[in-house]
Amino acid sequence: MSSVGSTTAAKLARERQPHGQPLWLLAELTYKCPLQCPYCSNPLDFADTGAELSTEQWIDVFRQARRLGAAQLGFSGGEPLVRRDLERLIAEARQLGYYTNLITSGIGLDAARIAAFREAGLDHIQVSFQAADEEVNNLLAGSKKAFAQKLAMAREVKAQGYPMVLNFVTHRHNIDRIDRIIELCVELEADYVELATCQYYGWAYENREQLLPTRAQLERAEHITNEYRARLAEQGNPIRLIFVTPDYYEERPKKCMNGWGEIFLTVTPDGTALPCHSARMLPIAFPNVKQQSLEQIWNESSGFNHFRGDDWMQEPCRSCDEKAHDHGGCRCQAYLLTGDMNAADPVCAKSPHHDTILAARQAAEAPAHETDVTYRNERNSRVFARSID
Amino acid sequence: MSAPASQPDKMAAVPVLERMFRFQWEEAQQCYVLLYPEGMVRLNDSAGEILALVDGARSVARICSQLEQKFPAAGDLSGDILEFMEVALEQRWIHYRR
Ligand code: SF4
Ligand code: SF4
Repeated sequence: MSSVGSTTAAKLARERQPHGQPLWLLAELTYKCPLQCPYCSNPLDFADTGAELSTEQWIDVFRQARRLGAAQLGFSGGEPLVRRDLERLIAEARQLGYYTNLITSGIGLDAARIAAFREAGLDHIQVSFQAADEEVNNLLAGSKKAFAQKLAMAREVKAQGYPMVLNFVTHRHNIDRIDRIIELCVELEADYVELATCQYYGWAYENREQLLPTRAQLERAEHITNEYRARLAEQGNPIRLIFVTPDYYEERPKKCMNGWGEIFLTVTPDGTALPCHSARMLPIAFPNVKQQSLEQIWNESSGFNHFRGDDWMQEPCRSCDEKAHDHGGCRCQAYLLTGDMNAADPVCAKSPHHDTILAARQAAEAPAHETDVTYRNERNSRVFARSID
Repeated sequence: MSAPASQPDKMAAVPVLERMFRFQWEEAQQCYVLLYPEGMVRLNDSAGEILALVDGARSVARICSQLEQKFPAAGDLSGDILEFMEVALEQRWIHYRR
């Protein structure tokens, strides 16, 4: 799965001073995935991308990024468990001094592999859920056995002594059950729980109408989350609930990845290096680790320098006194909603395109038809690859 | 939640790093850090020096005397160290051995 994003970015940024080193390396090992989440952040044309990096190439990437200062390494995808060399990659990364995070759907996991990862030095496992309700979970994951497997694996992860983060992607079909989601997380003894709506690009943008909750749904969910927080704290339960509201209901955008090329470095299965895992959608030629060193990529490539500083900005951002604060918002969202990647993020009320956000909020008020979801799978991906060409 | 410990109790307490965290020196940043799932805390010099001695065996008193030995010019450090322990407990970086 690959829903690493704004919450972890914010967590990291709060706790460091800026010094322009990549602190977070996200290794998207493969685009292969047994699930078909309709909010997947992989590119729409993933079925058309090049050959995956080899074991040795990945290890070299880890070594280079570590030298540049990366301390956190996320193994993601697709489903990273698909890579049979995962144990080896974890061992090498741990050896290099990374804090190693496995970000998985839990599909393809078993007790023996969890133990083997432990042996290799894996520090933490994040399991993603689609909902606390079996039926909704399975509907959204496009798989019948997914939920039971995830539950079993979450229990096993804890039983083997790992810290565990549970990630629930919230949306209009599960957010009303947030009480059950939280109770499930408490029962599973999660250390952190991320309750975040997806960012609406990639597959999630195609499915936005099916995913975006209404404002009333959100407010209710946040209220319930706050009640649980108070109650759990009172009981001395150390679980931490992180609730993230979607920027579609904000009047100011979020600072994209805490600054373009500031702390995040994503390497995709074919070696393309990105400042953000969804940046591939932008009309920018991004560098590849097969052709350049990570140091050149991070410091010198035009792809990583593209939105550093604020020379690229246009109005209303250029003369805005808030530009240091949000840096004009998300570039992908600007591109997706306005067709211009230099535009202000339309989430901003000052953007001339803010009406696109208002329209989406309006559309969220209409009743949902659950059947119209576009699942993330190879067949659908080929359709997108064709229409992008 | 137990009642707040008195000063001598606190000096005898043995801090243990929570399992969730890994403490290490970061060469690229020239500082100690605490790493945890998808996050990192950069520690200032004194926090780093203190946590470097938290090994689940040393008491707060031992940590104080070792640091006072290491930095003789600094004088009595117990106030600062106890204060740091409070913060570290509150942040759940450490707990006192039970
Ligand atoms: S389909 Fe789902 S599990 Fe698979 S990569 Fe996408 S978000 Fe992750
Ligand atoms: S106009 Fe641009 S810089 Fe100003 S608040 Fe909006 S997005 Fe941020």
